[in-house]
Amino acid sequence: MSKLDILKNGLFKENPIFTLLLGMCSALAITTTVTNAIGMGVAVTAVLICSNIIISAIRKIVPNEIRIPVYIVVIATLVKSVQLIMNAYTPELYTSLGVFIPLIVVNCIILGRAESFASKHGLFDSLLDAIGMGLGYTLAVVVISAFRELVGTGGITLNNPLNAEQVLFSFNLFKDYAISSFTSPAGAFLSLGLILGVIEGYRNFKANRAKKAEVK
Amino acid sequence: MELFGLFISLALVNNVVLNRFLAVCPLLGVSKNSKNALNMGYAVTFVIFIASIITYLLYHQVLKPLKITYMDLITFILVIASLVQFVEMFLKKTSPEIYKAMGVYLPLITTNCAVLGVALDNISSKYNFVEAMVAGLAVPIGFTLVIYIFATIRERLEIADVPAAFKGAPIALITAGIMAFAMAGIAGIV
Repeated sequence: MSKLDILKNGLFKENPIFTLLLGMCSALAITTTVTNAIGMGVAVTAVLICSNIIISAIRKIVPNEIRIPVYIVVIATLVKSVQLIMNAYTPELYTSLGVFIPLIVVNCIILGRAESFASKHGLFDSLLDAIGMGLGYTLAVVVISAFRELVGTGGITLNNPLNAEQVLFSFNLFKDYAISSFTSPAGAFLSLGLILGVIEGYRNFKANRAKKAEVK
Repeated sequence: MELFGLFISLALVNNVVLNRFLAVCPLLGVSKNSKNALNMGYAVTFVIFIASIITYLLYHQVLKPLKITYMDLITFILVIASLVQFVEMFLKKTSPEIYKAMGVYLPLITTNCAVLGVALDNISSKYNFVEAMVAGLAVPIGFTLVIYIFATIRERLEIADVPAAFKGAPIALITAGIMAFAMAGIAGIV
């Protein structure tokens, strides 16, 4: 597998949310606005990059029997650091993401990549894998949140995470026709279900076309 | 009466799965068979109840006096991981039948975010000890209720005629969405 393939793997082929169905809890909870989704995506990516690097570096000195507790302690330390940093520099984002920042510890993506990739590969490959998976997660939550915010409020508003008053980007398409239940918890399940169905449908369509082309 | 209100609020109105999105992974993973779903519910109830008591006492009796509350996350996750391990060993020795029935699902409880979520919530909502115990009981009961109902619906969905693209996870998520709408209907009672 070439270096570029490792990077692309997490983005599309093995996208953690759309394909592997990992880390669904946070993907449903924090996708109320695009701002939140980007913030969460950056936090998860940062933790993932650091944890993959550290675990890849210590993979040869950790005894096999206690590797999972060791990984969990490494990840918990990193998550706590991210939590303290976000509390200091992005207080609004910190409040709106709430309990889901500390819950990155039990996000299956991070432990999953540590166990299945970083513990078996070198430093540089693990770094690339973490970047790919982190971007894949960010891409997925941004897609879900854009859909929910667009349908639920009729437009998309992007705030500066360092200063919540400052609006970076905003537009309103159909404010009068917004379906507000899409920002509610029930809407999160519906949106993710619909998006997953559409992606699966597209994959089936592509597979069918490939099969037909083969027959011809 | 206040405690009863807290119980209803945490078990039904602010349901841990449908309203707060904790423990969605086991909801999708372990809900193909209603019996397994119920067993998972029992195991989670036990772990969350004990974990919420231990983490509460540790936070207020050890971490706070020592002024190292920033160690909460690492302490809690270690408590939960060892508790799950302990439950596994205990069941293996005392009742091999239950252990066999739950086998695969036990270790999964460590990464069930509801366990850590309840422990952290008990601290951040500033509950007293009794309230923390009620929360430790109400949240997993809400979880068990939802995962059991969801599993029975999914058993029926297996034989339903679903469009090919929506088979499996997508239709399960949409089902959960409709259940969440139904849950939102009782939001006014507390």
